[in-house]
Formats: sequence, C-alpha cells, structure tokens
Amino acid sequence: MNVSLFLTCVNDTLFPGTGKAVVHLLERLGHTIDFNPEQTCCGQMHYNTGYRDETVPLVRRFVELYEDAEAVVVPSASCAGMIHEYYPKIAETTGDSALEKSVSELLPRVFELSGFLVDKLKIEDVGAYFPHRVTYHPTCHSLRVLHVGDAPLKLLKNVRGLEFAELPNALECCGFGGTFAIKNSDTSAAMVGDKIHHIKQTGAEICVAADNSCLMHIGGAMSRQRSGIRTVHLAEVLASTEEKPGGKQ
Amino acid sequence: MKKENRSSLPTFEQSAGHYLADTQLRKNIGHATQTIRKKRDDVTGELPDWEELRESGRQIKQQVMNNLDDYLLELEESVTAAGGVVHWAADADEANQIVTQLIREKQETEVVKVKSMTTDEIRLNEALQNAGITALETDLAELIVQLAGDESSHILVPAIHKNRSEIRDLFKEKLNIEHLSDEPADLAEAARLYLRKNFLKAKIGISGGNFAVAETGTVAVVESEGNGRMCTTLPDTLITVLGIEKIIPKWCDLEVFMQLLPRSSTAERMNPYNTFWTGTTDGDSPQEFHLVLLDNGRTKVLADETGRQTLHCIRCSACLNICPVYERTGGHAYHSIYPGPIGAILTPQLRGLDDSSAASLPYASSLCGACYEVCPVKINIPEVLTHLRGNIVEHNKKNGGIRFKMDSTHVGMRLMARAFRSRKRYERLQKIGQTGQKLFEKDGMISKLPGELSKWTDFRDLKPIPKQTFREWWRDRS
Repeated sequence: MNVSLFLTCVNDTLFPGTGKAVVHLLERLGHTIDFNPEQTCCGQMHYNTGYRDETVPLVRRFVELYEDAEAVVVPSASCAGMIHEYYPKIAETTGDSALEKSVSELLPRVFELSGFLVDKLKIEDVGAYFPHRVTYHPTCHSLRVLHVGDAPLKLLKNVRGLEFAELPNALECCGFGGTFAIKNSDTSAAMVGDKIHHIKQTGAEICVAADNSCLMHIGGAMSRQRSGIRTVHLAEVLASTEEKPGGKQ
Repeated sequence: MKKENRSSLPTFEQSAGHYLADTQLRKNIGHATQTIRKKRDDVTGELPDWEELRESGRQIKQQVMNNLDDYLLELEESVTAAGGVVHWAADADEANQIVTQLIREKQETEVVKVKSMTTDEIRLNEALQNAGITALETDLAELIVQLAGDESSHILVPAIHKNRSEIRDLFKEKLNIEHLSDEPADLAEAARLYLRKNFLKAKIGISGGNFAVAETGTVAVVESEGNGRMCTTLPDTLITVLGIEKIIPKWCDLEVFMQLLPRSSTAERMNPYNTFWTGTTDGDSPQEFHLVLLDNGRTKVLADETGRQTLHCIRCSACLNICPVYERTGGHAYHSIYPGPIGAILTPQLRGLDDSSAASLPYASSLCGACYEVCPVKINIPEVLTHLRGNIVEHNKKNGGIRFKMDSTHVGMRLMARAFRSRKRYERLQKIGQTGQKLFEKDGMISKLPGELSKWTDFRDLKPIPKQTFREWWRDRS
C-alpha cells in the first residue's frame, strides 16, 4: 500500500526518530511511504486553547494534501483524534459544504499508527525485537477521543524480548493537556508527579506511549527527578529489530 | 476557605498552587474520590443496560431543554392544581426577596434548610441573615461547612475536604461538647441531637429539589440521611427553590433517573431516603408549599446550542470524583458553588465571561475526557470546555484591548498559526527554534526557559530540538 505519512509538527521538529521509525517499520512490512513536506500541524493546540478560527486553514490544508491518499498514517493518537473528532465539526462551522464533504470522505482513510496496523492491516506481530522491561501509558486522547482500544497492547505483547509491566492507575491523565501544562503548571506538575510514582512502581526501564507530547511531559519530569527511566514512542519499539535495535532518542 | 466577596475572586490558576500545597487536603480528597470512584465502577458495571440508561437520560433531558417553556407551564399548572404556589425568579435577588417575604409573612426568624445547591448559588443564607432570619443547614456535611464558616468543596459531599478529627474539633467547639471521639457514629450522634431539637421547633423548611415532574407537579429530594425528609415534612410551610432545568416530563421518567443518580453519585443502588411530594395534603404537614423556579442565567445557557447540554446535569458529582484536576486541588480553587468539571462549564456560562475568575475555569482541565465517560446523562464536558475556550478567546479579542494583544499566550498562538499556514514560515520557525535554544541548552538538556515557558521548566526538563528535523532527513534520504 502507498502510505502518506502525516507526521505532525511535534514529531517532525522534536522527535524525528519517531518519523524514521514509522518509515522503517512500514517499509519492512512492504509498504511505500510518501511524505509531503507541505504538511505542518493538525491544529490541535490552537483548537484546544480556543483559537478555532486559526484552525480552519489547517483543516483545509490537510484536506488538500491528502484527498487523493490511499491511507494517511499519523503516529500521534491525539493528533489523529483531533482530525477524527473535530475536523468534521470545524468544517461544519465554515458553512463550506464542499469542505465538509471532503473531510467526511477523507476520514475513513486516516489512521493512527497502531489502529492502522491492527485494524486496517490486521497485523498484530510486526516482527519487532525490543529486549527491555516496558510499561505502557495509554494516553487520554488515544483512549477517550480516538478510541484505539487495545491495539497498542496487542502489538506490544507480540514484541520479542519485551517484558511487559502493567501500569497502576493507567487510565489517569499524566497532566500534559497541551497549553494546560503551562497555564495550570502547578496542577499539571502534581498530576505528572503521581504518574511517575506509578511508572516507578512497575520497575520498568522504559515508558511507552502512542503520543510524543505526553511522553515529552512525563519524560521531562522524570529527567528532572533523575529517575533513570526513559520514554520511547510505540513506533520506535515496533521498528526495533535484532539487526537494527532502536528506542534510543 | 473562609467566605469571600465574589466580586473579585481569584482565577483558578492563581488559587490552585495554594490548595495543591495543602497536603492534608490533597490526602483527604484523594482518598475520598478514589474510594467512591471504585465503588461507582462496581455498581454501574453490574447493570447490563447502563449505557442504554445513560442514553435514555440524555434523550429525556434533551427533550426537556428543547421544550422547556412548555414543560415549565405544565409544571406550574400541576403544582397549582395540587395546592402549591409557584413563584418565578429571574435572578438571585428576586429569588431571595420571594423567600424572605414568605418567611416574613409568617413572622418567623428561624428556618431549617436541607442541602440545596441552588440556594447556595443565590446566597440565600446571607440574604436571610441580612433580613434577621437564621437559616440552619441540616444536611450533615452542610452543617459542618456552616459551623466552620467555610464554603462547600464538593457537590455531594460539601465537607469532603475535612477529615473526622477536624470535624470532631469543630463540633466540640461550636456545639459545646466536652468529650467527643472522632468515630463516625459518635460524630453523627452529636449532630443528630443538635439537629433534632431544631427540626421539632421549626415552622418553615427550605429545600432544594432533584427533580420536578411536569406531568404531576411532584417534587423529589434524594438523600442519604433522612434530614431532608425531616425538613420537607415536619414544618408547616415548605419552600422549595429549584433551577428551571430540573424538570422531567413524566412520572415514569423517574425510573431512569432514580437508577442513574444514586449509582453515579454515592455509588449506591438506591438512596436511603427518597422523598416525593405533590402540592399539599389536608391534615398532613406541610400545609403550605411554595415552589420558587429560578432562572439566574439558565435561559442564557439554553440559548447556546453547544453549551445547552450543561443543563442536563443531575448534580451527581461523578465528574468531580473522576477528575484528576479536582482530585488534586479540591473544590475551593474553583471559587464557585459548582466545582470540578461540571462547574468549569456551568459557572462561566451562568456568571458570564467578564468575570475573570469564572472565565479561568474552562482552562482548569487537561481535556482528558474522563468526566464525559462517567457522566450519567452523557454531557460532553470536553466539547463544552473547548467551545467555551473558543468563546473566551473571541470575547477577549473583542474586549481585551491592548493587554490581551500583548498576552504571551495570545502572541504565541498568533505566531504559530501564521507559521503553520505556510511551509516556508514553518520551516523558518524550526530554524529559529534550533538556533535560539542554544542560549538555554546545558549538558544536552534545557532546564531553564524565560517568560511564560519557565512554567514548563519549573518542573520539567526539555530535550533540545535535534539538529536534523524529520523533513531534512527525508529530503537527504530521497
């Protein structure tokens, strides 16, 4: 399949390793990847902060770039959630019925990475090797906006060498919340403090999630605490093989 | 928290730090909410049709909101036909005047009250005090809050922020008790002795209401202690103050809500005390029943298509108990009688966006969505939160003046939005970031940033932007 990669601004700029991992992984599985450099951001940060007018050009941009795509893969559950949950609503507010139609036609072809693998390609074992003790944080938007279900867990449990450790209170938010982490920084810090406490309880070396923004928050706070625990994006675990071990950011 | 003047309340972000630092409070609230959360999960999970019940609840409430004017008139008619008197109050002042006048007509100076958020919302107790009338709260938790001169911090458990040894000390002091243990049974007995005297002499009771049935004129109060039943049955006169959104169309609709409410709120299959009354009955107290129907901003909420679902709320407090923000700050940081996620959407809609304290509340959420998942009537709280944030930004763009235009978040958002609209500007911004960060980078990590961004680095490190962006790697590769 020809896969269009919508990488997201956070991954492109701050976590290029995740993008590379997606490319390696999907190529290994026999797909061709297309990356259009005209892409920028999904608009989630603006939309969630209340800047809805500013989101409209980004919705249009997304539609123009991908309307002919066979499949669009997004290695960020919250950005994929933004696209699925809010793009139709934003399109509706413009009163532009052509845009509304384009959005609704495009959405069934837009996938978050783990959903693409498990639900679309029907693959649960991607042939990865990752010899570490790992815990998984199911980020809020992947759970409650995008509803990825247990797709990431199915994938992780088939990774050879990986020792999976259940995260206590896994369903609770890490406190990132985009601009919430800055606007209500004290509260956000209290939340991530508890999240880290639970991660430590697992004895894991690495905390994995399907969203680098949440991992940036959790990892940034763990680094400040000198916890020694690392954060790695799900794509990098899945891309890792014995020949080409990954997971180093 | 001592009572304060509501005209100049702090914002959520200004207050949160203070409450977060109160380790006893965090412990009390964390313990209580986590316990009730687990119990709620169990009792909702045992119903095979829980999701269908939620959907029914949502649909009934939606039907009410779409036809509220008709249902209100129907309710007035049925209450009047059953011997009650209906009063209409546009705002807090009007409601307070109506209640004060009714008490004055009876020449009473003392009334008993049972927990009513609506009367807290309009500050009825203060208005009565100014008129020389003493209102005694009889819900145990409300009594604790009243004796402490405090404000409630939870919809259902207003004294959730206090533990039992704090309550023992308060009772000893305020109720003049020499010896008292901090055992729940002893504390309850002390309150019971004090309250019972007052129930028996009260001529007027004031209550809130959970539901009002348009079809029959029946008002319902759902509670755990029986004090509400004392208040609504012992006095000669009963005055109920009710928000206009509390209507349900038919008696049979109670079947849905009497399952949804207790399971969501106290995690019980049924509340211990459920009191329903329809007007008055000869020879059975009370002989006078007044129903004050309060608007106080509700019709304004009704007019907003997205915000309207806020009025579906049945005040169960499941959203508070699941909310990770509420769990850590407690209710006082919200500076509203309605705290937590539901307060974060209801308060700014009722008070308006010029109130900076209320307008800070839609931002008091990480948008994690747990509140939506537990809401028994499926209020999409995250959707309303983002909708209100949008309204706030629009409001500030229009009225915020130069101060808003200079605000660092606003400037940042504008700048980023402009960059994201063009590949060239976006790539230039990436370069500026890579170069600019060198000033702050130390040992491969950024631990101190200036201005607003320092709020990130106060608690968290940041990995610098790597030398090569993905798009550069991709270009080199192909």
